[in-house]
Amino acid sequence: MAKTNDKLIVGGKRLDGRGFDELRPITMRIRAVEKADGSAQVSFGDTEAIVSVYGPRKLYPRFLQENERGIMRYRYNMAPFSCTDRISPGKSRRGIEISKASRLAFEPVAFLDDFPTTVVDVFTEILQADGSTRVTGINAASMAMAVAGVPMRDLVAACSVGKIDGQLIADLNGIEDNNSEADVAVAMMPTKDRITMLQMDGVLTKDELFTLLQMARENCRKIYELQKAAIKDSFKQQPDVTAVAEAAEEEAAKESQG
Amino acid sequence: MKTYAYDLLVNDKRIDERAMDEYRDIELKRGIIKNAEGSASCRLGNTKVIVGVKMGIGTPFSDTPDEGNLIVNAEFTPLASPEFEGGPPGEDATELARVVDRGIRESEAMDFKKLCITSGEKVWMMNVDIHIINHDGNLIDCAFLAALSALMDTKIPKLQDDKIMRGDYESELAVQHKPIEVTVCKVADKFLLDPAKEEEDVVDTKLTVAVREDDSICALQKQGAKDVSIDDIKRMVETAMAKSAELRKLLKE
Repeated sequence: MAKTNDKLIVGGKRLDGRGFDELRPITMRIRAVEKADGSAQVSFGDTEAIVSVYGPRKLYPRFLQENERGIMRYRYNMAPFSCTDRISPGKSRRGIEISKASRLAFEPVAFLDDFPTTVVDVFTEILQADGSTRVTGINAASMAMAVAGVPMRDLVAACSVGKIDGQLIADLNGIEDNNSEADVAVAMMPTKDRITMLQMDGVLTKDELFTLLQMARENCRKIYELQKAAIKDSFKQQPDVTAVAEAAEEEAAKESQG
Repeated sequence: MKTYAYDLLVNDKRIDERAMDEYRDIELKRGIIKNAEGSASCRLGNTKVIVGVKMGIGTPFSDTPDEGNLIVNAEFTPLASPEFEGGPPGEDATELARVVDRGIRESEAMDFKKLCITSGEKVWMMNVDIHIINHDGNLIDCAFLAALSALMDTKIPKLQDDKIMRGDYESELAVQHKPIEVTVCKVADKFLLDPAKEEEDVVDTKLTVAVREDDSICALQKQGAKDVSIDDIKRMVETAMAKSAELRKLLKE
């Protein structure tokens, strides 16, 4: 998305009408990939990520195994069609760095020590990008990992914060991201109040940085509540369709006999 | 793994008896590679990094038609450590290059608009190549000092009919800001700077902070597999800000 010289804040509101610390509309769906041990699809406005988690599963080739603990692999990838300009497939330097930072966001959280010689594979695909893609991926990955049954100390909730037109804001969309004076990606363990990822670029004073971290912390808590609700919801008893049909058939048989 | 270095650190001691916030000796040299338009080496204790800057001509990005490009690349040469292997840059080399890149780019260390030759068509490409020669911990801080020194050493070649006349120079590359990257480490409840390799292997978390001379923060990167509190981050950022002023003195013209 191109740079713009236009104002990003008009009449005290952001271009999409949001308040400064307001998140975009969020949707969360568990079990977006049936084959996976755990999966989730999350969107923040037009940014959409789908994540599946496999494992803990045996790690091959064997020389990669660790005898004391399980390892985690994290792949962050943008689909070629996810941006205005096509993203050429394959590894990018940006992708390698984000994958590493995202993996480290989960390492303090997952009890990998309990699963020696195994791997937890986390695959994140950004289907549509409109800013804040890495944090959207992390939010989905956290839910997918929980559903996969990976023991975790806490969920991980993540949020971007930054500065546009001199104003501190949360959840940057694409145009805000491209024209920001600074942007910060934060991932947290919300109930433990601990930070597991922090990346920033741009120019900020120390006070601005800590105001933003506070804003990120509050928004991570909101996101955490949504994640929790979505996971709980997905485990609610679904009506068993075949059982219902069989019962109806039996009923019909009885009636015809009677 | 709990090692000797770990046992010392949790008691506020270092393997080489430095203070917790003390850097090893730093030696910066400029102009060490004659075929590069700018070069520098930084020795930080036994950690050694060489950086060469090659100026080339390329096309600008479509969203910045009148700005030069900065391309930072890092090579963890296998000669530098038994842990390094040949082949394309791995995760750590990629991260180092991108963190150094961010510190230079986001601080606007140089005016990218001055590196435009023909708007929308031709601009200067600054290829900053970081070569790790000896890895004894704290690569990012060492590489950043070397990279900024190399850029301060860089001269822009003369152009004739849009071709680069190697060896003839038009002007110096104007470096307008002097950001410094300081990596603050945490192990248990202790904080330390400039870890040697044995220390780096046992730290829980690292936070690299890029600080400009006006005390603004222009890049952050958390590394390491442990979590931190916001208060920890505050302390780490403040430590980095204080130390950056001291390191910047090494960059005097």
